[in-house]
Amino acid sequence: MDMRDKIKERLDKKIIAWEEKSAKRIYFSVAKEEIFQTVKFLFRELGLRFVIASGMQTPTGFEILYHFSDDSTGVIYSVRIRLEDKEHPQVESITPLFPAAEWIEREMWEMLGINFRGHPNLKRLLLAEDWPQGQYPLRQDHES
Amino acid sequence: MSHKVIVPIGPYHPLQDEPEFFRLYVEGEKVVDIDIIIGYNHRGIEKLAESKHFDQVAFLVERICGICSSSHPYAYVLAVEDILGQEVNVVPERALYIRTIVDELQRIHSHLLWLGLAGHFIGYNTVWMWAWKYREPVLDMFEMITGNRNNYAMFKVGGVRRDIGEEDVPILKKTLDELVPAIDMFHGAVMDDPVIQARLKNVGVLTKEQAIDWCVLGPTARASGLNIDIRKDEPYGVCNRLDWKVIIEKDGDIFAKTKVRILELYESVRIIRQCLDRMPKGPIDADIKDVPAGEGIGRVEAPRGECFHYIKTDGTNRPVRHKIRAPSFMNVASNKVAAVGGTISDATITLAAVDPCYCCTERVIVLNKQDNRKVMNGWDLIKLSQEKTNKLKEELKDGRTK
Repeated sequence: MDMRDKIKERLDKKIIAWEEKSAKRIYFSVAKEEIFQTVKFLFRELGLRFVIASGMQTPTGFEILYHFSDDSTGVIYSVRIRLEDKEHPQVESITPLFPAAEWIEREMWEMLGINFRGHPNLKRLLLAEDWPQGQYPLRQDHES
Repeated sequence: MSHKVIVPIGPYHPLQDEPEFFRLYVEGEKVVDIDIIIGYNHRGIEKLAESKHFDQVAFLVERICGICSSSHPYAYVLAVEDILGQEVNVVPERALYIRTIVDELQRIHSHLLWLGLAGHFIGYNTVWMWAWKYREPVLDMFEMITGNRNNYAMFKVGGVRRDIGEEDVPILKKTLDELVPAIDMFHGAVMDDPVIQARLKNVGVLTKEQAIDWCVLGPTARASGLNIDIRKDEPYGVCNRLDWKVIIEKDGDIFAKTKVRILELYESVRIIRQCLDRMPKGPIDADIKDVPAGEGIGRVEAPRGECFHYIKTDGTNRPVRHKIRAPSFMNVASNKVAAVGGTISDATITLAAVDPCYCCTERVIVLNKQDNRKVMNGWDLIKLSQEKTNKLKEELKDGRTK
């Protein structure tokens, strides 16, 4: 059984949308409450490599894509979650699962203002200490 | 009984070329914990990219790194071409070959640069001088192909900007031929030297399990037994049509990382030779006019590991979101496990072993609880490391070590 079938079978109804943009680029959405278990399944059980997460602002709030790579086939699985909160988006942290997620969650926290609940070390990564509180440079309304 | 002493290295890294701050917690000579503080060089390139049109972004991302300055534009154009329908369908044949040649030349120059620095850190200044001496002709090749020794401005969506002249090919081949004996020399001199082995074996070890958990990439991952090489996993350019192999070592120490890099030099030379032989004639640019709305991912195997770009577009001439993940973002974080348990004199080489990309001035202060301060500059730190090598050499002469 190949990887995409395993994912489809296991996550089943939790998958809100499934999109294969090409043979090597698969995007699927889950509810934000499911992200911790989904990542745990992909990383620990299927052994996919966590590439990075990319957060961005959307008209209705925020979305985060968690990119996972299957290095045996070269397919990237990108898990999309939507955070429908324009001011104070938050989601469960995946850093307790594996340390590689620590930095990128800190980055999204400072750049987009997304709060990661349960993050062991949520402090600034790239921005200076004297950067004003509540200013999130990657939000659309931030003046560059 | 022992109290923790903090040894800050940075914010100007004394050894390398970018600001970064390591706070080492030491007990005696032993490093017991480490804090990594970055961000001194944050330039907001992701935000800037949203204000540039697709042609300009390639130049912008080229400036992320001066050493692997073709990896970022390459990953970026791959991401845009992913929206357009994949590189091989979009880009003309000849341009694919030229892209691969530039990408591999860059690997050679980057690995030689690292080898030189690593030699310097452990007191082998001859390795340093020679590695950089043999890096010079590689930069000359770059100048011949791209017009620049660094920041090549070769990549554009749909092709490359400059062609390789037929008259240049024999000169490029000859330069490559001359490079191989130099790599042979490094291979022999570094791999068989008992002091280098004593210095690098079992130092800064990253086990396979740790490598998986920290999601490290490139030579750092391959030295820990992980088979990750984007050139094989998701081939771009003409990597999948050529004969070469992925170098994998099992030990996870600095010696294994060195070995991986040296052996990869041979593979890169092989790839470039095959490209020069097989390169067809033809156009080098597909002349792309518009980029439709969509999202795309591009990744290439930079000298330090997978370089990842994500682009979201909305049909206008600029990206809506451009996420960039350089390999050092993952690799540097893994120092947290690799450096802990080692000594301060090994920390210099351990922190450098992932080949992080930085900028340096020299300044390190050693503090302890009694607040007696001692200022160590970068040279002092290197001296500490080099003294250890000299001691090992002496011991080896006396036959006291294994």
